[in-house]
Amino acid sequence: MTSPPPPNAVEMKDIVIRFPGVLANDHVNLTLKHGEIHALLGENGAGKSTLMSALAGLYKPTSGIMRVHGEIVDFNSPKDAIAKGIGMVYQHFMLVPTQTVTENILLGLNEPRFFMDLPKYDQKIRDLQDQFGLRVDPTMKIWQLSVGEQQRVEILKTLYRGADVLIMDEPTAVLAPQEIDDLMETMRSMTKQGKSIIFISHKLNEVTAVADRLTVLRKGVATAEGMDIEGLTGEKLAELMVGRKVIFRVEKKEQEPGDIVLDLKDISAQNNKGVQALNKLSLKVREGEILGIAGVAGNGQSELAEVITGMRACEGTILINGEDVANQEPSAAIARGVAHIPEDRTGVGSAPNMTITENTIMKNYRDTPIGNKWSINFTEARNHARSLKEAYDILAPNVRTMARKLSGGNLQKVILAREITTDPKLMVAMQPTRGLDVGAIESIQRLLLAQREEGTAILLISEELEELLTLSDRIAVLHEGKVMGIVDTENADVKEIGLMMTGTQRSEG
Amino acid sequence: MNLPYTVIFEKRTEDYPKWLPALTSLASVVIAFIISGIVLKFIGGDPIRVLKFFFNATFGSWAVFSDTMVKATPLILVGLACAVAFKMKLWNIGAEGQFYMGAFFSSLVVLVPMVNLETTPKFIVIALMVIMGMIGGAIWGFIPGFLKAKYQVNEIIITLMLNYVALYWNNFWIFDKWSDAGFQMTPQFEKVAWLPRLSDLAKEYRAFSGITLHLGVVFGIVAAIIIWWILERSHWGYEIKLIGDNPKAARYAGLNITKNLVLVMMLSGALAGLAGMSEISGVVHRLQERISPGYGFTGIIVAWLAKLNPFAVIIVSILFGALIIAGRQIQPSGIANLLQGIILFMVISSDVLLRYKIRIIRVEQEA
Repeated sequence: MTSPPPPNAVEMKDIVIRFPGVLANDHVNLTLKHGEIHALLGENGAGKSTLMSALAGLYKPTSGIMRVHGEIVDFNSPKDAIAKGIGMVYQHFMLVPTQTVTENILLGLNEPRFFMDLPKYDQKIRDLQDQFGLRVDPTMKIWQLSVGEQQRVEILKTLYRGADVLIMDEPTAVLAPQEIDDLMETMRSMTKQGKSIIFISHKLNEVTAVADRLTVLRKGVATAEGMDIEGLTGEKLAELMVGRKVIFRVEKKEQEPGDIVLDLKDISAQNNKGVQALNKLSLKVREGEILGIAGVAGNGQSELAEVITGMRACEGTILINGEDVANQEPSAAIARGVAHIPEDRTGVGSAPNMTITENTIMKNYRDTPIGNKWSINFTEARNHARSLKEAYDILAPNVRTMARKLSGGNLQKVILAREITTDPKLMVAMQPTRGLDVGAIESIQRLLLAQREEGTAILLISEELEELLTLSDRIAVLHEGKVMGIVDTENADVKEIGLMMTGTQRSEG
Repeated sequence: MNLPYTVIFEKRTEDYPKWLPALTSLASVVIAFIISGIVLKFIGGDPIRVLKFFFNATFGSWAVFSDTMVKATPLILVGLACAVAFKMKLWNIGAEGQFYMGAFFSSLVVLVPMVNLETTPKFIVIALMVIMGMIGGAIWGFIPGFLKAKYQVNEIIITLMLNYVALYWNNFWIFDKWSDAGFQMTPQFEKVAWLPRLSDLAKEYRAFSGITLHLGVVFGIVAAIIIWWILERSHWGYEIKLIGDNPKAARYAGLNITKNLVLVMMLSGALAGLAGMSEISGVVHRLQERISPGYGFTGIIVAWLAKLNPFAVIIVSILFGALIIAGRQIQPSGIANLLQGIILFMVISSDVLLRYKIRIIRVEQEA
């Protein structure tokens, strides 16, 4: 007798999830076939995470039926979901930085009971790695790992718990281009071995590259349910997501750059692990110019941004309008008109448990009219926050909303609004659109270009080559802390940039 | 066994209403009283009588209420000391030691003496004692603050250890140098160094006779107002909260974290030091052993129960003052401690209500 085909890994039928005042999911259906990669798309706030949280046991649907491997399930906690083989890989990692990979994977399990025979478990984890091709040294501490490696630990965590349905919440948002390729390879190898994957993403090209079918959510409603990937264009997908044709090209005005604002000379610096991250790097950025920094993640981009904004020690000189600010406190750079869009929105750029108002005044709470000599005029501060909320289209119930309750795009707008209102001479923007949805990316990019027209010198560090080509006037390519070459965007050759990103010095002339 | 009902904890997705923390705190106190009542019943007491007695002994008349307030006074100041530090997530558990150093330093004014006690006007002596008390506490706050800022030493351990240093430093002086005829206390201070009491006015207003409430309570209330203003209105308070919530964001915003760390520890210490001054100048009128029955530690509880709100600190301190008074009169006196413990447990567990909604639902039968 032939065995019957395996039942669908997951079936979600007519799922309704209602929060007070919000209908997050409105009769959504989702079927995950055994061994497939199913993409789940949608803008921020479309209800993707809510739907997946229901599948992972974090929320209970208001109504609807969920089946896992053909069996009706009713989860009261994530534990129940894990018991049924559902594992979620979160976008924000839930790892203990001071513990090893193995310790993190074992955390919360019943086994081992009393003795931590770590070498034994290290080996178990190595075996698991061999099976799926997820390379990471089990004895390393989490803080020593790159973001991509940390993500692998998260995936291993769910696999170790016996998950055969993996929900990956925007796994590529935090990764560098070649790490994304590795991840996709891993995903394919996992499905070959019988795992089924729900892949949440914003990036259309990734979805077409790796997924078999897709479901698109828009404002809680599915606009496509289990549609085949074959023959779908990026434009069509974008239309399903946002309900209108997305203009991918942002208009950039022709303008002549002015005087030199930022002048870096022979900058060297170390990273957190004490390894040299910047190696005698020199750069110049002019008024009204966007200098893009391209490069594979971990080639000194973070350190470059931190050195300029005074958050990291360095050797060399950093002239801002002629004044050296190297090795001074961040306040010195701020005083000279340096705005900073940090890489880590939640960890550095904002205070999560403070209100939008309190987050918007972070850099001008001492200046009139918000600041008096000793005190803060909170009526003025609120008005300021309200006008920014209006002007930058920040979606939140009101300005008393805590920063941690904002979506990534809205939080980024709060940060950008705050930095722009300081009337900066120089703006250091690190990955300003990472992890944002199509609509938010567009508005953030427009804001950066408007700032360029205002005459601000902008250093734009991004791992999205497309973004750099759209926004920058010139692109400098970083490799191992050195500038491999600088090209004018107008006649840039993507292949040449790619070569420089992998360490080939630009041929002069 | 399958129950027909199940209790589910739902994570709150929206902000809770502003009145909810006050309500849950109040409910915790009420529930704590009920649980203590049950315990009393078990050991053969009459909970209603004890409760009545408790109320009469603490709020029953102006005289006993004044006693309650006298006990509440150091708690207010120490509670504020902890609240300020905790706002910045600085775990100052050394208010007890800062209290003793405040008492010691303000005593110097009288015991050295620093001024001529016969000719100097009372308000100058008192003002000097206030300043010295605050300096003493601030020094005891500066040490852990500086060590943390400069060498990243854990402030919890240092503040805890400094409690003992302060205690025995005081003992050295009262057992040896300033001992009053071999007792472990200094001679009584001259009246000029006593904080004014309401009973001082008994000649003019008969109703005040025997009322021991002293000026220290005014210090407490004024301090609460100032701390509220600092935390909620000033640049500095904004910086304290920002550093407390996300030190990396604070550094990114250009704040000087090390400076604030030291300053906040000093402010915290100064408040606890002021409590020490108020206690010796307003109540015991001499430096002696055991001037604090653990005020510095109770202050930690007070600050938490008040959710770090300066005005709530006053209310919680009055409740705890009442518990101290009642504990002296209810036998066995452990009952008041029991109640204190249960209240703390209840309030801490009531936090769950702020983060989760609890619903009881009927279990549905699935086909």
